[in-house]
Amino acid sequence: MAGRLRTIGLRITHAIPVILGVVVVSFLLTRALPGDPAVYFAGHAADEASIEEVRTALGLDKPLPEQFLVYAGNVLTGDLGQSLSTGQPVIEDLAHRLPASLELTLTALLLSCTIAIPLGVLAATRPGSAVDHLCRVLVTAGVSLPTFFTGVLLIYIFYYLLGIAPSPLGRLDFIYIEPDRITGFYLIDAAIAGDWETWTGALKQLVLPAITLTLFTLAPLARMTRAAMLSALSSDYIRTARAAGLTEDKVLFTYAFRNALLPVVTTLGMVFSFTLGANVLVEKVFAWPGIGSYAVEALVVSDYAAVQGFVLAMALLFVVLNLVIDLSYTLIDPRIGFETR
Amino acid sequence: MSSMGRAFSPFPFKKGTDMTNETSRRGFLKGAGATVLGAAALPFLKVLPASAAGKDVIVTVIGQTINSLDLHRTGTNRPSYQVAVNAYDRLVSFGTKTMPDGSLSYDYSVIEPEVAESWEFTDNDMAIVFKLRPEGKFQDGSPITAQDVKWSFDRAVSVGGFPTVQMKAGSLENPEQFEVVDDLTFKINLLRKSKLTLPDLAVPVPMIINSKVALEHATEADPWAMEYLHKTPAGSGAFKVAAWKPGEQLVYERNDNWTSGPVPAVKRVVIREVPSPATRRALLERGDIDMSFDMPNKDAKELSGAEDMTIVTTPVENAIYCLCPNLAFEPFKDKRVRQAIAFAVPYEEVFQTAAYGRGSPMWGGTSATPEDIAWPQKFPYSTDLDKAKALLVEAGYGDGFEVPLSIDLSQSDWMEPAALLIQENLAKIGITATIEKIPGANWRTASLVEKRLPLALETFGGWLNYPCYYFFWAYQEGHLFNSSNYRNEEIETLTPEALHMSVEDPDYAPKIKRMIEIAWDEVPRIALWQPALNVGTRDLSGYEYWFHRQPDVRSLSKA
Repeated sequence: MAGRLRTIGLRITHAIPVILGVVVVSFLLTRALPGDPAVYFAGHAADEASIEEVRTALGLDKPLPEQFLVYAGNVLTGDLGQSLSTGQPVIEDLAHRLPASLELTLTALLLSCTIAIPLGVLAATRPGSAVDHLCRVLVTAGVSLPTFFTGVLLIYIFYYLLGIAPSPLGRLDFIYIEPDRITGFYLIDAAIAGDWETWTGALKQLVLPAITLTLFTLAPLARMTRAAMLSALSSDYIRTARAAGLTEDKVLFTYAFRNALLPVVTTLGMVFSFTLGANVLVEKVFAWPGIGSYAVEALVVSDYAAVQGFVLAMALLFVVLNLVIDLSYTLIDPRIGFETR
Repeated sequence: MSSMGRAFSPFPFKKGTDMTNETSRRGFLKGAGATVLGAAALPFLKVLPASAAGKDVIVTVIGQTINSLDLHRTGTNRPSYQVAVNAYDRLVSFGTKTMPDGSLSYDYSVIEPEVAESWEFTDNDMAIVFKLRPEGKFQDGSPITAQDVKWSFDRAVSVGGFPTVQMKAGSLENPEQFEVVDDLTFKINLLRKSKLTLPDLAVPVPMIINSKVALEHATEADPWAMEYLHKTPAGSGAFKVAAWKPGEQLVYERNDNWTSGPVPAVKRVVIREVPSPATRRALLERGDIDMSFDMPNKDAKELSGAEDMTIVTTPVENAIYCLCPNLAFEPFKDKRVRQAIAFAVPYEEVFQTAAYGRGSPMWGGTSATPEDIAWPQKFPYSTDLDKAKALLVEAGYGDGFEVPLSIDLSQSDWMEPAALLIQENLAKIGITATIEKIPGANWRTASLVEKRLPLALETFGGWLNYPCYYFFWAYQEGHLFNSSNYRNEEIETLTPEALHMSVEDPDYAPKIKRMIEIAWDEVPRIALWQPALNVGTRDLSGYEYWFHRQPDVRSLSKA
């Protein structure tokens, strides 16, 4: 146990240069963006004098190194600055929007895993069968349908035509009261508060966007499970296990599946990080106040603080995610250790 | 269990944040009665249509985010101006008129009292004295005094940026102009006699802030309480802001003690932000919302005529979508080349494709001299490729030339189709136009500040509805919206003369007519069409168009 804790500690210290790098790069990249936020935010009928006033107010008239020092100093104290486009402190924006995105992405991935992994396993154990073909069709459809298309289609069918889905108005219809904020995840917060009406309301809002994302994330997971299972099943140790007369279940789940799990977990991590940032279109269609649309809107108007905050938050998240994945490797395959390296 | 009862409940409160109404959620639920979340209500919550939400609540969707509750703050975006309209009052407001199609519009020719009950010009017309309503109260119950008005005006002219520029348009430039005579008498000393001063007091900018509340939260570093008012309005308006979550929604709650006008008919208005136009349309079609504000032209066209929906399309006053040839680009220095371009634009196709026919045509005028001073009015150009070609030959560009045609990516919905059609026709007269797409963040810098785009689409509209005001911004050299780098000596003299002159002055009309004539002949801005604002409603009455193009929810009621 102590060894593992030490490993975690070591891994976290490894992340420090990465994060420092991200702070510098995100600062430089935002400055390299085309566009002049002072002009943009001076607004409507601004003349040159008022643009200059705005520039001074934003601190953009100072030389770059000085701007960076100010920024770095603020980051150290936990102040990510003020977003111009939403008018809120970036840290507050992230605290509202990251849970929204996480709730959606995690639900979708959970759903995706419960479908993709059994499907992949079944397809691998019965190659060429109907299940295998079903898997292939689903996977092809999943990757080839753009998420905004699936989203609009689902809204059209389940909301517009059938009327069984709630209005696509974001995380909660306006008739409900937002649960007291504890984790920022509405499902969890509502459950803690014991407010099951709100919980149901939040769940209903979640269903369509989660299905949209599920269809999209299904493909890589199912494909990876299938491929990994196929290679595991054709390996020597499975032949040995079978020769030793172990039951098919034992062979399949204890030996083949456990070995096939490593690449699946890796893919899962990649899909997760990718989806979190890339579900902008789903967020737009379902009016979901997530982090993807926040970042894109900030980019469009050169909202430096918001873009930097987003990049930094994502970097931190990935550091944590990679750590979790690495640790799960050691659980799946005890031969993998970090102490030796 | 009535649907009315449920209607009272609906909105999330931001807990533990800095909203004014720090209502405890539990207490609120109890207060609103057992009807709020009674079990009986639940089966209906699934697809509760807005119509069932009762006559007291109106749900509106908009596509953008409200990013501040204070219009004076740096970075406050256009959608946020509606808070200044609904949660604050001004000294005066505009009247209401009925449009030819039966819809309502503000009336810029009528100035009505709001916080002021009367006003008169004194000191040889070099000052305006306003008498405030003695019963005038802010939302916190304290009286509206001349000190509050002065503080608010001082703030608007001092904070810089957009509010200061807009105040300046009405010749309101420095705090010394604003004088407190007594608690209920406020005097503005004028720098010059200008017809723009009074209307400029009715735009959202000179909103009246409760200075007592604001000053409590002002600090040495922040003397105008920008941080506080950004999140907490302190006004006297018809609605209070009950909840605000940027990126999600804003909830207005009626100010039952509004003193500046008749108390609104609805108790609550929910402004919900839905970025996807397809989703907004589905919501309106399903009847889950009462109003969709600023709909895309395409949806407005396709939904107009539907039985249970009303689509109101109002041409935006004093605004034109233009094609601007830049005089810094050699061939466009010759007015014949600009005229050739004006004859080459396929106006009708552009209007039908890019605007879905919503708005007013601005081409095909019959005379080269204007008959009246209406603005905008049809330019005397229409598609005539032979004429365009002849003009090019005359100017010595018979072999054509190459020019980039720039568009703004964030307005590509109309700019892209328009540019493609224009490009096609320019090719027919020998001009090779390449379409250059510029990211939204860069657009203003390139087109308006640096004015470096040789040929670009542009969209200026003026809040104050006078032709001279348009000319001031768009035709005078060096001014922001003159992206063509145009200069004409006569315009330079006539515009400042006409700008402050009364419309009744016998000299006014001839000057304006001359200005329009020059603008037509020299075409530094080729008018394409006058854009329109589309608003879709269901069972809603009282929707009124305003020049600021934001929802004024004060007049709304449910049928």
